[in-house]
Amino acid sequence: MNGLEVVTSWYLILGALLFIIGGTGLLVRRNPLIMLMCVEVMLNGVNLSFIAFADRFGDVHGQTVVLFVLVVAAAEVVVGLGLVVAVLRASPRATADDLSALKG
Amino acid sequence: MVELVWLIPALPLAGFAILLLAGPRLGEPRAGWLATAASAGSFLLTLVTFGGLLGLDSAAEGGAGGHGGRWHVSTLFEWMPIGGLEVDAALLVDPLSMTMALFVTGVGTLIHLYSVGYMGGDPKYSKFFLYLNLFLFSMLMLVLGNNLVVTFLGWEGVGTCSYLLISFWHERPSAATAGKKAFVTNRIGDFGFMIATFLLWTTLGTVSYAGPESLVAGMPALATGTATAVSLLLLLAAAGKSAQLPLYVWLPDAMEGPTPVSAMVHAATMVTAGVYLLVRLNPVLTDEALLVIAIVGAATALFAALAAVAQHDIKKVLAYSTVSQLGYMFLAIGSGAYVAAIFHVVTHAFFKGLLFLGSGSVIHGLGDEQDMRRMGALRAVMPVTAVTFIVGWLAIAGVPPLSGFWSKDEILLAAWEQPDIGPLLWVVGLVTALLTAYYMSRQTFLVFFGGQRWDDSAHPHESPATMTLPLVLLAGAAAVGGIMNLPLVGDWLVLEHFLEPALAHEHRFSSETWKKLLLAFVAVLAALIGITVAAAAWLRSRIPSNRLEPALLENVFYVDSTISNFVGGPGTTAFEAAATADRRFVDGAVNGVAKLVRMLGEAVRPLQSGYLRHYASGVAVGAIVLVIWLALRGVS
Repeated sequence: MNGLEVVTSWYLILGALLFIIGGTGLLVRRNPLIMLMCVEVMLNGVNLSFIAFADRFGDVHGQTVVLFVLVVAAAEVVVGLGLVVAVLRASPRATADDLSALKG
Repeated sequence: MVELVWLIPALPLAGFAILLLAGPRLGEPRAGWLATAASAGSFLLTLVTFGGLLGLDSAAEGGAGGHGGRWHVSTLFEWMPIGGLEVDAALLVDPLSMTMALFVTGVGTLIHLYSVGYMGGDPKYSKFFLYLNLFLFSMLMLVLGNNLVVTFLGWEGVGTCSYLLISFWHERPSAATAGKKAFVTNRIGDFGFMIATFLLWTTLGTVSYAGPESLVAGMPALATGTATAVSLLLLLAAAGKSAQLPLYVWLPDAMEGPTPVSAMVHAATMVTAGVYLLVRLNPVLTDEALLVIAIVGAATALFAALAAVAQHDIKKVLAYSTVSQLGYMFLAIGSGAYVAAIFHVVTHAFFKGLLFLGSGSVIHGLGDEQDMRRMGALRAVMPVTAVTFIVGWLAIAGVPPLSGFWSKDEILLAAWEQPDIGPLLWVVGLVTALLTAYYMSRQTFLVFFGGQRWDDSAHPHESPATMTLPLVLLAGAAAVGGIMNLPLVGDWLVLEHFLEPALAHEHRFSSETWKKLLLAFVAVLAALIGITVAAAAWLRSRIPSNRLEPALLENVFYVDSTISNFVGGPGTTAFEAAATADRRFVDGAVNGVAKLVRMLGEAVRPLQSGYLRHYASGVAVGAIVLVIWLALRGVS
């Protein structure tokens, strides 16, 4: 029993690490494409925690939520990548700070 | 056949639409004939509907508001179904609306026909008939509508047409100003109409005249105070439209319009709308309000008759005469004699329409001369106009057996029987009758008799047949119109018996025959005195004319100049002050609120930098704070 509990907390630690790595990347990087990937890393860190908890408590709801997150993330990537591609096509060396030009 | 009622206003509307689309292309005289045909068709349909109404059993039970069985409501469509307010576009066929519609379309058709000749050569020929047809449509909606809202639609429609027609020759500044004056003055009355409508709706929950839920049926539930308020507001509305004191000022100026307009809009039909409105809603009129109406009517009758005595413009005399006669109608309403009021409306439409058209014929023949001091001896060159005008003169002067005598006599009798101040009202009415006979005789003598005072270069000539035919027909109607309502013999009161079911609230009084005869004798005597004095002064010049035309009367008691002096002097200062206050305080408050919001916005605007990292750090910091707060609070 003890071994199983250790495994769950490992997953949780991994999820938290992924979340922090993604969040830090989002805050420090300037390349919009990288920033988008960081968001994905954060999302997957959360997904991992959900699955770990679902397994730990034997509750299928956690896995359901993960499916929802995947769908929403896919939609988000479509929009986000579209924006990023459009911005980079207009000025190939653009950074996220240059997007402030869109401010009204 | 009463179901055909919707066609009555539809025909002039169709004429209006065709003239709007193709008027200039139709040109002269086809546009005029089209409009005349639309009006004539409307008259024939009114006759058909009238026949249908006579076919309904007047004794049948079940009618609302004392209508008996002789009424019909034709609902065209649901107009405004708003909550508890249900306003249908519905037309009411009952004796009152049919009486009005008959003479409106009848006299209207004759005036259309007359205009075909009178407006000949005018560059805006087709536009004139477009307005005339629109006017006829509005007037028919006014008298046929089954609720106050439809009536108001017509009420505003005739007001607009009146404005358009008065300022028809808007190149002349005086015509443009007169149009504006009429419009603004009428708005004051419209206020009264609207507020009266709102009051009736909030208290009775309906605005219909007839039908299952009608104003007439709900009247008894009305508190006396509310009823008096509604009556006085309706009086305000009627005073604006029918040119009563103190809102009469627009009507004399309205003579700037073409003469057929003066005949149709400002003598025969539109100005009687106020009388119609009061008679239609007569159950709401309280005794106090009736007394006010009678006093306003008597005062207006006398005031305008005095003004008419000293006018030189041929149309101004008739304009003040119209105001005076409308005062008679209000006097009749105030005395509770609604039938007499409607009777006088009809006979007045005949003889005043005739007199206006006759004066138009004179103006036309003399090449747009309107000053009676440059007329005279025209009976030789304009025989038809002269003879018909003389018929109109005798009718309005109250010489028996012409129509004016019968209707005026009814009103004087009703005034005598008024319970509070009857004899006083009667004396005022009698003096007005004497003055009426005098100023109309003066006009006739100045225009058609005496010596020639026009240049031979004017070449006066008789008008074409399109203009003289309406004159002859109207003269016939003005002569024998009285047979509608002959007193003394009960069975001859045709109009009264016909209107009876619609006017269940008529104040009935029965006078002895000797009293009727005596009052009629005195009235005829007054008319003869008026005519004799006029003949002595203007035919034989026994009295110097300057003594008969005091400046006070010629300038109508200086009412107009006083108003313009006030509005031009202290009035302007007050208006400027109001405008400044509006700018400073009202606008200032509104702009101040806007400024405040703007400043707040400027203050928080830097928060939105547009840098993604600022937003991301904001989210991150927020998340951390949230986690710390949850940890400190302890997960429950």
